[in-house]
Amino acid sequence: MSGERRTPQSLPVLPEAPADPGRRSFMRTAAAGAAVAALSGCGLEDFFRKSFRELSKGDVQKVLASLERKHSAKYGRAVTVSGAPAQPGVEFGYGLDLSRCVGCRRCVYACVKENNQSRKNPQIHWIRVLEMDKARGVDLAHAEVYYEADQVPRPGHFYMPVQCQQCRNPPCVKVCPVQATWKEPDGIVVVDYDWCIGCRCCMSACPYGARHFNWAEPTLPKEELNPVTHYLGNRPRPKGVVEKCTFCIQRTRAGRYPACVEVCPVGARKFGNLLDPESEIRRVMDTKRVFVFKEELATHPQFYYFYAT
Amino acid sequence: MRRVVQDVVRVLALAALCARPALASEAAPAPAARPPPEKPGQFQAEPPPFTPGIFPCTQCHTTPGDRTRRELGFHDDIHFEHDAEHRWCLDCHSNENRDVLHLSNGDPVPFTESYRLCGQCHGDKYRDWRVGVHGKRVGQWNGQKTYFLCVNCHNPHSPRFKPLTPEPRPARPEEMRR
Ligand code: SF4
Ligand code: SF4
Repeated sequence: MSGERRTPQSLPVLPEAPADPGRRSFMRTAAAGAAVAALSGCGLEDFFRKSFRELSKGDVQKVLASLERKHSAKYGRAVTVSGAPAQPGVEFGYGLDLSRCVGCRRCVYACVKENNQSRKNPQIHWIRVLEMDKARGVDLAHAEVYYEADQVPRPGHFYMPVQCQQCRNPPCVKVCPVQATWKEPDGIVVVDYDWCIGCRCCMSACPYGARHFNWAEPTLPKEELNPVTHYLGNRPRPKGVVEKCTFCIQRTRAGRYPACVEVCPVGARKFGNLLDPESEIRRVMDTKRVFVFKEELATHPQFYYFYAT
Repeated sequence: MRRVVQDVVRVLALAALCARPALASEAAPAPAARPPPEKPGQFQAEPPPFTPGIFPCTQCHTTPGDRTRRELGFHDDIHFEHDAEHRWCLDCHSNENRDVLHLSNGDPVPFTESYRLCGQCHGDKYRDWRVGVHGKRVGQWNGQKTYFLCVNCHNPHSPRFKPLTPEPRPARPEEMRR
């Protein structure tokens, strides 16, 4: 499997010879191959390779290198695609302090920038900030995601950002007919965009609206590309695949905080290793009032909402 | 009498010697050792935000000033809304050396460790801040990280958070159709 033969043009040239049954069948096969390659939009090589999880170490390197070449050429600058695996002894946990969040949506746009989401048509936001009435509490029937205001927080309201909850019992993973999505050992639920067939079963299964579909070619201006990417995270996505929050896998597997944690102006967002008793996420769990969203569905999120005061 | 004192001292010393290894062996099996009790300056924090040209304060304040509470002529850009009824500049700023702050017991504190001063009144927030639950951190979740000082987020003279202008709302589905 070389990473080079990727376009229908590079199919073997047909021999100039009188038609015979052997050649006819060969041409049929070749035509079918070309059709498949054209349909997949990415070439035979990508179409027929194994899923990311089944690739050998060497093949992973080839796939990553080929993606780096492809993206670098398309965006006109050096793009890295990491395949960094989960760190041993790490299980990520995320905390969000509802008594602090002011609903400013800084996290939403920091996420778009970091993770190379499509800017418009489709506009893809992995984080949605819900505005809720203090009088009603967490009540989805009255939550407003399209709130507009000169200033936040608006009196009488509180804000609840929602993104992928990295469920321990993820319905999205169970329904995927081709196993293009799965839960990693550090708890991050990932999508292999090259394996995703765009059927959107996972979107309808996710009770948090955390998955998003590229129903058109994503719009990502060249100069706005974040060139530091991960295969299972923020690498540029093709049209027709589903994507979601990955706790900034390209950052957090390298030891950094997710972008939304670092941008939040009120420090409402907490992140760390649940297995480390000294991590701030464990301190949150040990000392604060913590809850998970839609607990009754038993998805067992690794994302915790809490009240620090 | 001296004999008795000597005996007592000896017994105490012995007890101390015995107690120490016992404590150490108790602490040893704990999976991750608790961090040592906090020392001043232990937190790697962002430098405090000074108005350019203001610091060092001794540029102007060369001698201890008048201690009486009053309206300030020069610092008219400071709107003091920090329990203003009961507090005043010299509760936090040292009158003897304006380049430092002071704790309630009079000990000087540099501006880079102002959290020790804030923590005197806001003990619960201080406790949460030290372990990363209050405030924000940037850097490595598993290593080097920067703490923000209280004053990086709160104006010490008017600490309540000011409202923010939110980023634009997401597009509604109907607006995305071409
Ligand atoms: S950046 Fe922080 S305060 Fe602003 S909406 Fe996001 S979580 Fe809330
Ligand atoms: S929040 Fe939705 S997308 Fe994320 S793991 Fe749970 S079910 Fe899957």
